[in-house]
Amino acid sequence: MPKIEIEKNVCKGCGLCVRICPKNVIVISKGLNDKSYHPAEYIGEGCIGCKSCALTCPDSAIEVYK
Amino acid sequence: MEKIFKKPKGLNDKTMHYCPGCGHGIVHKMIAQTLEELDLLERTIFISPVGCAVFAYWYFNTDHIQAAHGRAPAVATGLKRANPELIIVSYQGDGDLASAGTAEIVHAAARGENISVIFINNAVYGMTGGQMAPTTLVGQKTSTSPFGRDPNFAGHPLKVCEMLATTKAPRYIERTSLDSVANLNKTKKAIKKSFDLQARGEGFSLVEILSPCPTNWGMSPPEAMDWIAETLSKEYPLGVFRDERADTEVRNDS
Repeated sequence: MPKIEIEKNVCKGCGLCVRICPKNVIVISKGLNDKSYHPAEYIGEGCIGCKSCALTCPDSAIEVYK
Repeated sequence: MEKIFKKPKGLNDKTMHYCPGCGHGIVHKMIAQTLEELDLLERTIFISPVGCAVFAYWYFNTDHIQAAHGRAPAVATGLKRANPELIIVSYQGDGDLASAGTAEIVHAAARGENISVIFINNAVYGMTGGQMAPTTLVGQKTSTSPFGRDPNFAGHPLKVCEMLATTKAPRYIERTSLDSVANLNKTKKAIKKSFDLQARGEGFSLVEILSPCPTNWGMSPPEAMDWIAETLSKEYPLGVFRDERADTEVRNDS
């Protein structure tokens, strides 16, 4: 089962991964990170490992596993 | 489970100073990935422009020079001619390349210098507060054109790819954008082609990348990406303007 890991404190919550995810399995978290941004969060299932989110992430905060 | 996408070796662990959703981070990542894939990291010199990307030297695991406003292609020319074995990445924004450095880029292209120019076009001066740039669209509101750019007063947008494609020497000129997966992949491919050309000593290449500046456009990052797709890439059509790799006889002839 593919999955992504988002480095919470590197993410600036820009939402580009949310916009680009074809399966809509990334959401913006309600909680804050160390820099007071609302980071992106993987909902835990449904990732197909397409790498789109990692490609569009400006802060290289996403790692993809397959 | 195998890791299929990770932060490239060409970037260090420092958090970038760019605003959320800025295109610079995306392009930095692509450049670092490409240098890693082509095994060029050890002999690359990255030239930072004036603008938001002036601090690119904080993030790359390569050597750096920071050039004066618009002069990156001139510095690149000197570096490459003195040390032909180096890979020179001349990275510039639109305020830097299309305004202050118009002379430098046109002549570097006309001479066919063997360098790679990465041109980030976001249609405003980003670092200084979103003023009107030569690339600003007609009618676009910026901090110095609060009622929209008036072509009778400020002229029309400067199209760099089209302009440089009128000179004979450049080998490869392409305009891409960052607004969709397909375009992101095209951008990555274009950067790779450009570095590969330089490594093989073929000559000048420029990749123009339509990039978001959500802060100065007054949009959220996803809205900014949509604006690129719907508006910016209509004024600046995407595509290849020059690709003459196969014909090695053309360079500097006549």
